[in-house]
Amino acid sequence: MALTQHDIDLEIAAEHATYEKRIADGAPVEHHPRRDYAPYRSSLLRHPKQPPVTIDVSKDPELVELASPAFGERDITEIDNDLTRQHNGEPIGERITVSGRLLDRSGRPIRGQLVEIWQANSAGRYAHQREQHDAPLDPNFTGVGRTLTDDEGNYRFTTIQPGPYPWRNHLNAWRPAHIHFSMFGTAFTQRLVTQMYFPSDPLFPYDPIIQSVTDDAARQRLVATYDHSLSVPEFSMGYHWDIVLDGPHATWIEEGR
Amino acid sequence: MTKIDTSRPESVLPTPSHTVGPFYGYALPFPGGGDIAPVGHPDTITVQGYVYDGEGNPLPDAFVELWGPDPEGNLSTTDGSIRRDPASGGYLGRNGVEFTGWGRIQTDANGHWYARTLRPGARGQNAPYLSACVFARGLLVHLFTRIYLPGDEAALAGDPLLSGLDPARRDTLIAQDDGRGTYRFDIRLQGEGETVFLEFQ
Repeated sequence: MALTQHDIDLEIAAEHATYEKRIADGAPVEHHPRRDYAPYRSSLLRHPKQPPVTIDVSKDPELVELASPAFGERDITEIDNDLTRQHNGEPIGERITVSGRLLDRSGRPIRGQLVEIWQANSAGRYAHQREQHDAPLDPNFTGVGRTLTDDEGNYRFTTIQPGPYPWRNHLNAWRPAHIHFSMFGTAFTQRLVTQMYFPSDPLFPYDPIIQSVTDDAARQRLVATYDHSLSVPEFSMGYHWDIVLDGPHATWIEEGR
Repeated sequence: MTKIDTSRPESVLPTPSHTVGPFYGYALPFPGGGDIAPVGHPDTITVQGYVYDGEGNPLPDAFVELWGPDPEGNLSTTDGSIRRDPASGGYLGRNGVEFTGWGRIQTDANGHWYARTLRPGARGQNAPYLSACVFARGLLVHLFTRIYLPGDEAALAGDPLLSGLDPARRDTLIAQDDGRGTYRFDIRLQGEGETVFLEFQ
């Protein structure tokens, strides 16, 4: 029998209660999901059962993982951060501007690094062959962008408000509207892929992917803020979303900035 | 919550990870993603393998990023891995001359990935290795591992990571030599022969 939303709701609540109990018992805050989060069914066979082996980077400045791949002006075009200008016509939907800063755990800007995004169109359809949701494709919207952060760590995209869409985790499963983000830091250890959500989405409680972040405050950090100062007159709605990369890095030792 | 106050360190908390989901395929992979070695370089090696789930089935919807030093052990600061074409909006590909050290390779429908890169040189006390990062639908946080090459047993025995591992699990980090500069490295996400995955602190 197909899993219902109610079945998933119970599992989400149980996972949340288990986390709250761990915190009450003195366990550390968990900023990231656990990889074995059963309400997201695709995780069942794809999470390691063995704990990861910890490497203390402070003991070895020569670690490959303490450096990062470099990206530059050759790796982007001038309009790669404007997803509304990649075709001959105008895409359908509400234009949005999404901007924020890319920071490390010390609050320092990560400069000149690659930010990649991808998303569904305004109808909730990805321009991907395997996507079989029968919402319409938009010939003027692919939903892929990339940019480099500036000297203050700022990034900025112009795009279309993505739509929510159904998926087959369980019966009547719907993903809240989101934009996928991929980031590099100053160390490969800081690599991050995540999803940005929009304020007050009614689908949040039902979605096992956002709920996989069981810490309430951490989950809020995935939600952008409407920012009127980013809205462009007669053009787009503005959203602000700062990104903080986890993972140790060596930059502060090398540059002392 | 999504404007970070950098004047207070306690407010600078990490953005949580999420899965890449199933639909990154038209966004993240790029042509020549696995062709990291400059064309015709004599120290080119081929690394290939499969990504398997807990039932031993290969993943057709995963990708691997490789990051490694050149044969002298130097880490590249060269950009240009995903050169774009400002005229067409498409990809130019790598220039075949410079070594960026980084590549991104998606598994094919059989769960198979491959890359051609330069044989990594040693850094510090470590045996030579490539850093590998695995992303997949169903994987809520990416997984780091390392690809060590077989051959120099003394170097492998002296490696700080390998020497601290249970011998039964250590071998999951050492590629198999298939001859002619080709190495096989399978990634098992779960279960028997599970690859050793790493976290950095």
